[in-house]
Amino acid sequence: MISSLLFYLFAGVLLASATMVVAARNPVHAVLFLILCFFNAAGLFLLMGAEFLAFILMIVYVGAVAVLFLFVVMMLDINLRRMRQEFKRHLPLGGAVALILAAQLVLLAMAWKTDPKALSVPMATNGLDNTRALGGLLYTQYFYPFQVSGFILLVAMVGAITLTLRTRKGVLRQNVTRQLDRSVAEVLEIHKVPIGQGISDDPKP
Amino acid sequence: MIIPTFLTSLLGPFLGPLAWMVLKIIAIILPLLGAIAYLTYAERKVMAAMQRRRGPNAIGPFGLLQPIADGLKLLGKETIIPTGANKLLFIFAPLLTFTLALAAWAVVPFEQGVVLADINVGVLYLFAISSLSVYGIILAGWASNSKYAFLGGMRAAAQMISYEVSIGLIIVTVLLKAGSLNLSHIVEAQRQGWFAFGLLFPMFILFFISGLAETNRNPFDLPEGESELVGGFNTEYSSMTFALFFLGEYANMILISAMTSILFLGGWLPPVAWLSFIPGFIWFFAKIALCLFVFLWVRATLPRYRYDQLMRIGWKVFLPLSLLWVVVTAGYLVASGTLPHTGG
Repeated sequence: MISSLLFYLFAGVLLASATMVVAARNPVHAVLFLILCFFNAAGLFLLMGAEFLAFILMIVYVGAVAVLFLFVVMMLDINLRRMRQEFKRHLPLGGAVALILAAQLVLLAMAWKTDPKALSVPMATNGLDNTRALGGLLYTQYFYPFQVSGFILLVAMVGAITLTLRTRKGVLRQNVTRQLDRSVAEVLEIHKVPIGQGISDDPKP
Repeated sequence: MIIPTFLTSLLGPFLGPLAWMVLKIIAIILPLLGAIAYLTYAERKVMAAMQRRRGPNAIGPFGLLQPIADGLKLLGKETIIPTGANKLLFIFAPLLTFTLALAAWAVVPFEQGVVLADINVGVLYLFAISSLSVYGIILAGWASNSKYAFLGGMRAAAQMISYEVSIGLIIVTVLLKAGSLNLSHIVEAQRQGWFAFGLLFPMFILFFISGLAETNRNPFDLPEGESELVGGFNTEYSSMTFALFFLGEYANMILISAMTSILFLGGWLPPVAWLSFIPGFIWFFAKIALCLFVFLWVRATLPRYRYDQLMRIGWKVFLPLSLLWVVVTAGYLVASGTLPHTGG
């Protein structure tokens, strides 16, 4: 009884906050509602007994991805009034796209059938906890897709870095290796200065 | 167990276990709050001793009532909410910080079998909670509507994310050796020898340093670097809202110390077998106290890092080192055939 109650709680809050992500005026609030979404999705995973997935969702999406979202959104200078003015201009096109998408979703939902075999798949993975079960599957049966997806992410990361990397001139940077490589002989000279003569600027004879 | 059966007979089958659970939670949180209060006292005394001062000594014998006086003072102050602030988030941020700092203790095993929630993925839970605590700071910085607080929040976010990556990899090396994500099992796996001494020794050091960065403590306390940012993310906070941040920071220090003890120093296990007549939780608390002392020692000793140095050490030193050590540990365990057995 409690688990179905919790399911409806998580699912309800999930849907409501997902709506608010789109509807919130303030972009920072939108990101916060997105985080609430992730939380409730993690709760749903927990209810299904997939504790590993739930916590990975929390660590990766809430703990890292959403922080970066928030980071960027807070830095953006978003002019709400201008956005509202442009709302009317983009309404016909945006509305049309939304309608088509909604129609497709409805059509898809009407054609939805549940495979009777899917319902009978046992939840428990013969005595293994689900971290081990997932690891076993990922590193044996799905090894190649897993590695390929890793490579795709790597390519995306390298691409993002090359697109945004720029080296500015005239910026002072600390180069630790160079600092440590300097020897006393290179940077320090000791002169015995005769009284009344001073030291000349000429380099060493 | 006499109390849960008594509670069940008193309150019925649903409310009885619930009341028992609440009692257990209180039994963890109350001593924790006491520990936080006296950690502030210990910090001032330890630092005073290191700087040849006396530290708090006016209120109570040896100044022992100082934390209570501080708490009362903060309670009595007025909470000021800046006009331009986002009120809801401004209040929510310190609450979040403090709640998360307390929630993490749900999975900490104090002694064999003495743990509130013995979950399979305890390490992930702790890691998730500690990665969430950045939100309290970043929201505080944003909701204050002040540039100093905002800069502090941004710094905190960048710093905590950077160090979480290497903390994650360090935890992976521990998991490789322990063969389980359950904190109690990790402690049990150290019966043959604590992880801190042996192959994982460098990771122990890295974990502790990353822990300093993760809790925004010296020498990595840039989010609240007072020389450039006034008070950092908590510039605009006063009274209890400030106190909650403060308590959250100290609770996180205790938590990181507890994590260090569990992952590397053998949790409740005694250092040598013949000392096992001393109860496990005393060993656990002693280890936490030792780590906390090092926290305070570091604060009294080291100057603050510069921001680019902090980032460089995180991404260019800690991350490659911990990644390398994951490979080394895995290679060693496979080669020597000591990989913990797989399968349930």
